[in-house]
Amino acid sequence: MYTQKVMDHFMNPRNVGEIENADGVGEVGNARCGDIMKMFLKIDNGIITDVKFKTFGCGAAIATSSMATELIKGKSIDDALKLTNKAVVEALEGLPPAKIHCSVLAEQAIKTALADYYRKKGIDPEPIVGRIIDCEGCHE
Amino acid sequence: MERAIVYADNAATSCVSESVFEAMKPYFCEKYGNASSIYSLGYESEKALTAAREQVAKAIHADPSEIYFTGGGSESDNWAIKGAAFQKAKTGKKHIVSTEYEHHAVLNTLEALKAQGFEPTLIKPTSEGIITPEAIAATIREDTALVTVMAVNNEIGTINPISEIAAVCAQKGVLFHTDAVQAVGHIPVDVKALGADMLSLSAHKFHGPKGVGALYIKKGVRIMSLISGGQQENGKRAGTENIPGIVGLGAAITEAVEHLPEESIRIAKLRDELIDGLLALPATRLNGSRTQRAPGNANISFEGVEGESLLLWMDMNGICASSGSACTSRSLDPSHVLLSIGLPHEIAHGSLRLSLGRYNTEADVDYILKTVPPIVQKLRAMSPIWAGRI
Repeated sequence: MYTQKVMDHFMNPRNVGEIENADGVGEVGNARCGDIMKMFLKIDNGIITDVKFKTFGCGAAIATSSMATELIKGKSIDDALKLTNKAVVEALEGLPPAKIHCSVLAEQAIKTALADYYRKKGIDPEPIVGRIIDCEGCHE
Repeated sequence: MERAIVYADNAATSCVSESVFEAMKPYFCEKYGNASSIYSLGYESEKALTAAREQVAKAIHADPSEIYFTGGGSESDNWAIKGAAFQKAKTGKKHIVSTEYEHHAVLNTLEALKAQGFEPTLIKPTSEGIITPEAIAATIREDTALVTVMAVNNEIGTINPISEIAAVCAQKGVLFHTDAVQAVGHIPVDVKALGADMLSLSAHKFHGPKGVGALYIKKGVRIMSLISGGQQENGKRAGTENIPGIVGLGAAITEAVEHLPEESIRIAKLRDELIDGLLALPATRLNGSRTQRAPGNANISFEGVEGESLLLWMDMNGICASSGSACTSRSLDPSHVLLSIGLPHEIAHGSLRLSLGRYNTEADVDYILKTVPPIVQKLRAMSPIWAGRI
């Protein structure tokens, strides 16, 4: 049911862990749905120099978290904000239809972490990051 | 026979045993006659049909005339429930009593009946996963047409007090059906002792073929037919009989019941080792009663772990099992069975069902106990809801 790429990122997830004193932390999903993603960002001069994640969820949830961190590591905030769930799915060479919501969760986790980064700096994140879709929304 | 995988999902389905397969083989290409035909080739099939009916009847202590072959457990459940509902509706009785944790073959049948004006009441099991006769007695009304309660739950393996529930129904004059798909071949089933009016069983749960089952209907009990057509199955279930499948069912049930006394003890011992071994991990729990439990079933929740991830890792290590997580149930909610016994969603998502059978060995249990704990630890280490725990 999963592509080889998904299984690779599931079994050898990249960037697992936490960052102490992270510049931005974002958690999305809830235990009720069975998926929770937490992203930690280190940001220097508008560049994401390090990213780590922790995920409770299915194979697709872990693989999309892993792939999403790979896709934004070393990139600018602007590039990270442009990352869509579709790009994550493409990079994984596809996901079963029932698992697309996991890729949405990964995109939202990054945006939530960036919103936290701006909030810590005293900047209203909404004009920059946009509205974060909550878990219930992504399941609809 | 060497197996490359450790198959611990026998409650989902089981392999056809070699001897059952041998018994079925002649009925594909050689003895392929229609049992309704007059010539001797057809008679061969009719003989096989009669013999299989006797085997099934003997295995559950019924009369052969009370055994009706069907296309499996789901059909048996559909027939018993809809057939009884439609029959009783003629007398104005449209209330049906069942339970929250039935198999979907029952729950979705009740849902379909609801749309046709029937009124099901679903009883919650105890936190141990048992339906009590008292709960049934308290729910039966004047207009109750039928009570249907599963004998053994498919996910948590709990065994219900079916004979006591049947006695309550008999006393109140209400028809009683039991879905015994997970019971037959695994625990002793005697329809006379149980006192059920109808009982569903399925061949592939005890090393018979898929797509064949039976419905026991006690002599004197009248239900409406669902499949109209020819006069097969005493005019109650039309369709040319699946002779190879029915022969397989007869052979498989005979084998299973013959070896049940010693096999149930051997398998229960393996199950207990499995349960004890997995409960040794921190923040785990056994779902369902420890004592009122089918011999092969172990259902464990691991906090902080999601079931599908666990199953994928187990599959990579050659172990086949199931989970009650939403991802494996193909819906947003985790198992309705685990929620019905009061588990919170996050714990239900992290459940693992291992179901052992005839071909499982001590070596399988050792391998599972060696393989699963490191996977649980690995998944917990990357779980945000485990952070800060133990």
